[in-house]
Amino acid sequence: MTAPDRIVIVGAGECGAAAAAALRDNGFAGSLTLVGAESLPPYERPPLSKASLVSADEPTPVLAATAERLADLDVAFISGIAVEVIQRDDRVVRLADARELPYDRLLLATGARARSLPIEGGGHALTLRTHDDAVALRSDLVPDRHLVVLGAGFIGLEVAASARQLGCRVTVLEMAPSALSRAVPPAIADVIVERHLDEGVDIRFNARTTGIRLTDNGFALDVTGNAEPLPADLVLAGIGATPNIELAADAGLECDNGIAVNSALQTSDPAIYAAGDCAAAISELYDGRRIRLESWRNAYDHANTAAANLLGGSDAHQAVPWFWSDQYDLGLQIAGLFDAASDNVSRKRHDDTTIVFGLDGDGRLVAAGAVGAGTSIARDIRVAERMIAARLKPAVGDLTNPDQPLKKLLQA
Amino acid sequence: MANWIEACDADDVDEEDVIPVEIDGHQYAVYRSPDDRYYATDGFCTHEQFMLADGLVMGNIIECPKHNGRFDYTTGEGKGAPICENLATYPVKVEDGTVFVELGG
Repeated sequence: MTAPDRIVIVGAGECGAAAAAALRDNGFAGSLTLVGAESLPPYERPPLSKASLVSADEPTPVLAATAERLADLDVAFISGIAVEVIQRDDRVVRLADARELPYDRLLLATGARARSLPIEGGGHALTLRTHDDAVALRSDLVPDRHLVVLGAGFIGLEVAASARQLGCRVTVLEMAPSALSRAVPPAIADVIVERHLDEGVDIRFNARTTGIRLTDNGFALDVTGNAEPLPADLVLAGIGATPNIELAADAGLECDNGIAVNSALQTSDPAIYAAGDCAAAISELYDGRRIRLESWRNAYDHANTAAANLLGGSDAHQAVPWFWSDQYDLGLQIAGLFDAASDNVSRKRHDDTTIVFGLDGDGRLVAAGAVGAGTSIARDIRVAERMIAARLKPAVGDLTNPDQPLKKLLQA
Repeated sequence: MANWIEACDADDVDEEDVIPVEIDGHQYAVYRSPDDRYYATDGFCTHEQFMLADGLVMGNIIECPKHNGRFDYTTGEGKGAPICENLATYPVKVEDGTVFVELGG
């Protein structure tokens, strides 16, 4: 294919902004347009449930790229306007205000949206995905108010921690028998749940909410197994996210739990790529499985792979999945995919922190995770991430021995 | 005039590693390179203020423990996004097994 003159990026989150910067870093000198449906410049979402929420004042956005930075990069930034349709035959995207943007290459970085609660009165529950959501939630987090969080996933538990720090009473209702799903080994999830209990959060498992009703002074939740409705001053649903695939699907692009892309992040149309939360990509590292990740780091890493390939490359995406969560003063980090592991082994460090390693059936390291104070576990997880990337098969005895530096295993 | 401050024992830092050092309420990071030289920088990443001593040292590079930002700790130079700002570095000398950092007058 000839080199592109015009590139359009749909979606101005972390991924879209990082891709724009990476395209310029890679020497792309043609016309570059970034279109975002929200009115703000590209901003980072991770703080929305953490630092921004516990700030004394209204949350302020942490910008991934300021308007000045985008101007310096010669990126035409169109904000507050949705893309309505992709006309693939003409290679044009049409915006909600009827503007048309021709492209040679198109990157879809449309992200995901918070899943809404499919129950009676589910619309009473707040969700948290955007800066505006965080502003609305923050204004309701007043000391002594009772927040009920539906879902013991990352968003739910991070908001629970932030709300406790602000002096709210917090109840978490989770349908499943445990927190944080398959992505996190029980040994790590248990540390986090214990900490929430110590902080006074009421966490109830196997608790299904069947309806939310308005009452004179708030809400009442019908919860299976509870004779009495549960009163709440506010309700937050943290039950996952749905990838924004409609634009791609309407244009006839292949979708499969996300916009389907190959390992080079190319969609079923060779002129169109997809990256970040919306993209379900073939993973070479995980045996050709199609995986879709919702994380800051994946958005950033995908952006860099996509930028190289939009300019004519065909590099398979190689970065190891990685994400973090902060709750109270605890920092969790996971590298790799625990659902690819058939066996977990753990190392108890001398500071009492446990590192869990996931091995596949061949003994290959495919995941590592830990939770500890601040960033105290970061180094071990980072070394493990490199071991995963190198497809190493370390001896179990070396992994479990706290006196065996992981870095030595990497260099061996 | 040079203002050499005692930072740590030379043995406190393993080869190709880093430790945190607090001097007068400020956080610094002291590094020992694979070729057994010592270096010092500010203690926090210029991107979002994470403690660099929790990061990983590989060769002459320190990686931020959160966002994968990289610096050459021998020069303070940021090595690509998301780093925009370089890291402050300080002269270091080792005498009789003690590491001293020059923090300016």
